[in-house]
Amino acid sequence: MKAIRRILDNIKPHVQKGGKFEKFHSTFDSFETFLFVPDEVTKNGTHIRDCIDLKRTMSVVVMALMPALFFGMWNTGYLHFLSIGETNASFFDMFFYGLFKVMPLIAVSYIAGLGAEFVFAQIRGHEVNEGFLVSGMIIPLIVPIDVPLWMLAVATIFSVIIGKEVFGGTGMNIVNPALLARAFLFFAYPSKMSGDKIWITDLENGKNVVDGFSGATPLGDATANVAPSALPSTLEMFLGTIPGSVGETSVLAILIGAFILIYTGIASWKIILSGTLGGFIMAILMYFLDPSSYTQIMPCQHLFLGGFAFGIVFMATDPVTASQTEKGKWIYGFLVGFLAILVRVLNPAYPEGMMLAILLMNVFAPLIDYYVVEGNIKKRLKRAR
Amino acid sequence: MSKIFRIKKGLDIPILGDAEKTVIKSKLSKKYALKPTDFQNLTPKLKVKVGHKVKVGSPLFFDKYNPEILFTSTVSGEVIEINRGERRRILEVVVKVDENMDYENFLKGDPDKLSKEEIIKNLLDSGLWASIRQRPYEIIANPKDTPKAIFISTFDTSPLAVDYDFILENEMNNFQNGVEALRKLSDKIYLNTHKNSTLFDKIKDVEINKFDGKHPAGNIGTQINKISPINKGEIVWHINPQDIIFIGRLFSKGIYDAKKIIALTGPQIENPQYYEIISGANIENIIKNNIKEGNSRYISGNVLTGTDISRDKYLSYYHSQITVILEGNYHAFLGWALPNFNKFSVSRSFFSWLTPKKKYSLDSNFNGGKRAFVMTNQYEKVFPFDIMPVQLLKSIIINDIDAMEQLGIYEVAEEDFALCEFVCTSKIEAQKIIREGLNVMIKEMN
Repeated sequence: MKAIRRILDNIKPHVQKGGKFEKFHSTFDSFETFLFVPDEVTKNGTHIRDCIDLKRTMSVVVMALMPALFFGMWNTGYLHFLSIGETNASFFDMFFYGLFKVMPLIAVSYIAGLGAEFVFAQIRGHEVNEGFLVSGMIIPLIVPIDVPLWMLAVATIFSVIIGKEVFGGTGMNIVNPALLARAFLFFAYPSKMSGDKIWITDLENGKNVVDGFSGATPLGDATANVAPSALPSTLEMFLGTIPGSVGETSVLAILIGAFILIYTGIASWKIILSGTLGGFIMAILMYFLDPSSYTQIMPCQHLFLGGFAFGIVFMATDPVTASQTEKGKWIYGFLVGFLAILVRVLNPAYPEGMMLAILLMNVFAPLIDYYVVEGNIKKRLKRAR
Repeated sequence: MSKIFRIKKGLDIPILGDAEKTVIKSKLSKKYALKPTDFQNLTPKLKVKVGHKVKVGSPLFFDKYNPEILFTSTVSGEVIEINRGERRRILEVVVKVDENMDYENFLKGDPDKLSKEEIIKNLLDSGLWASIRQRPYEIIANPKDTPKAIFISTFDTSPLAVDYDFILENEMNNFQNGVEALRKLSDKIYLNTHKNSTLFDKIKDVEINKFDGKHPAGNIGTQINKISPINKGEIVWHINPQDIIFIGRLFSKGIYDAKKIIALTGPQIENPQYYEIISGANIENIIKNNIKEGNSRYISGNVLTGTDISRDKYLSYYHSQITVILEGNYHAFLGWALPNFNKFSVSRSFFSWLTPKKKYSLDSNFNGGKRAFVMTNQYEKVFPFDIMPVQLLKSIIINDIDAMEQLGIYEVAEEDFALCEFVCTSKIEAQKIIREGLNVMIKEMN
C-alpha cells in the first residue's frame, strides 16, 4: 500500500501541469483516485463531509448486481447442457461453462466503455466518471448470451458517447446509457437480439441440439401463441431457469439486489413499488380485455417475465434519468410499469416492452418533474394569501 | 399554551467533543479583532488608523453604503494592526487591550419608556445594530425598514453547539430588557425555544413557540419557514440570544458590554468546556494546553457553517463556539471500496448505521471528488423547508432569477443548506452556491 503510494507520488509531478506528460493528467487522476481517496480537504462551506462519494455509491450498485450476474452465469450453463441433452453436468460444470461465456461480454463492455470514457476525459481534461462502473456491468446482463462481441463493443461505445458524454457525462444524460446500448443493438442488429435461437449458447448453429428443443423465451412463446402447457411454471419464472438475457431471468436474484439497493437507500423504493404496481394493474387489465394470446400468462407472471424485474430495479431507478422529485417518482415508476406491459401485450413486433417503456419515460421524466416543481411553486405562492 | 413544532427531517451529526458544563473564567486575551468579513456584503470604511486609542464602544469602521451602521470595539486600547487581504480588502482590525477598560457612554434607560428612534439610534451608536440580521439575503438589517417580525432562536442544534439554557441562566433580566428594546422595532417577536427548555418561558411580550427535533430545528430559517414564511416583499429580522443580552446591558448600564460565554469543542480538544470571554477575543489564550496532537483545524463557529481561522486568530462576530478538528489531508487506500467500520455516513453504504450511538472524530477530508448532481432525495431528508433544495440550487447555477424567486431564495441562507452539503454524494458546495444566488438577488433588487 505504501509502495503503491510511493509510485504514484513519483509519477505525479510528471503528469501535473507543466510536467512532461501533462496530457495524461486525467488518466492518472482516475487511477489515483481509484486507489486512494484523495487527500483533499474541505475549503468552503462545511468543514466535514459525509464519507459517501460516487465511487462508493456505484460500487454498491455493482454489488447489488452480483446475484443476478452469478445466477446468469449458472443459468447459461444450465440451459446449454439442457439444450444438448447432457443431464450429468454438475453445478460447477454449469457455472464455469457460463463463467467463460459471460466473462468475455463483461470484459468487452468494460474495455470498450471505459476506453471511450478515458478518451473523452482526456480530451475534456476532467476526471473519468464513475457512472460507467455500473453501466458496464449492466450491459452484459441485458443482452443475449450469444451476441457477437464486436456488436457489443460498438453498442457500448455508442451509448457512452451519444448517450452520456455528449451531454456532459454522468449526471447530465437524458436516457439510461446501458439501455441505450441495448436499444442500439436491438434496432441495428435485430436478428441477433430477438427470436428463439439467441438466448442459449450455440443454439443458432444447431450443434448437438436435442430434437425439438425450443430456446424461445416464455414471452416469445406467448407471442407465437403456443399452448399454455409449453410455458414454464411460475416457480421456474421466479427462479429464472428460463431463456432470456443473461441477468434478467431470475427474479429471486434481482430481489436480493433490490433489497441491497433499497436498504442502502441508493435506489428509490418508490419507483420500484409504483412500477410493479403499474405493471400489475396493466397486466390485470390486459388479462380481462383479452386482446391477444396473452391470456395464457397470468397477471402476476407478467412481473416475473422478460426484463420487467431487472428493468424496474436496476434501470428505471437510475437517479439521473428517472424523475428526480419524490412525487414525480411515483408517477414515473407507475408509467414505466404500465407502459412496459402495454407494449409487451399489444405490440406484435416486440415480445418485450420494458426497454422501450423505460427509455420513453426517461425522456418524459423532466416533464413530470417540471409539473411537480410547478406544484410546489403554486403551493408556496398560496401561503401568501 | 405554546405550539410545538416537530422537525422530522434533519440530522444530528455524531461528532466527538461536546463541551462539559463548566465555565472557565480565563485570563483576558491581550488582543481583540473585529472582522469586516464576518458581515455579508459589507463594504467597510475605516474610522481609525494604526496607533489610535479606542474605548469600548468606539467605532472602528462603518458601512460605506449605510454610514450610520457602526462597528465598534469590544475592548479599550490601541489599534495595533489593520490586516488586509487581496485587493487591499480589510480582513481584521486588531485592538491591543489596556490595563483598565474605558467605556464610551451611551443612552441609558428603560427601553419601554424610550421612543423607537431613540432605541435605533442607541443600537446604531453602540455598534450593536450589526447583530440584527434580516432575511431575505441574510445581511445586516436596514434600520429604515420595519420587519414583519423579529425571530429569536434560543437553542442551537448545530454540531457541538452551546447550550443557551446553561450559559444564559443568570442573564434573564438583561434578556428581558433586550427584548423590550426589540419590541419597539417590531410589533411581533417570536421566541422559539426547545421543547424541553423552561428558562425562557417567563419572558414577556413575545410569542413563544416550542420546537423539537434534529438539526436544523434550531436554525432560524427552519423556524421562520414553519411559523411565518417569508413571501416576496416581506422582511424578517433575527438576532442571536447573546446579542440580546448585550442590548439589555446597553440599556441598563449605558455601555457596550460584550462579555459572553463560548464553548470550546471538537474532537481535537482535550477538555471541551465553556469559557467566559469578550467578543472578538484572540483564541490562543483559550485553546493553549488543551489541544490534542496532530495537524488541527481551528474553526470559529461550528463544523457546518464556521470559519476556518488559524490558532492565533480571533473569534468571529456572530459565533459562540470554537471547534477544533483534525485536518484530513491523508490518502485513504481504496477508501471507497473497503467496509470502513470507523467512518460515519448517513447512507447505509457504510456501516455506521450499525452503531447509532457511536460518536466519531470527524476530520476535514473531502471524502471523494466533486461531481454533477447524481443522487436524488438526499438533500430532502435533511431539509425541513417546503422548498425543493436541488431545484433551487440548479436555478442559481443557471442564474435564472425568476426561478430562484419562485423556488424560495428569499427564505434561505447558507446555513440552511449546510446539512445538504454535508450529506452530498456529489460533494456540491451548496452553501457557496446559495450565497452566490443571494448576492445575485441583492444586485437584481437594487
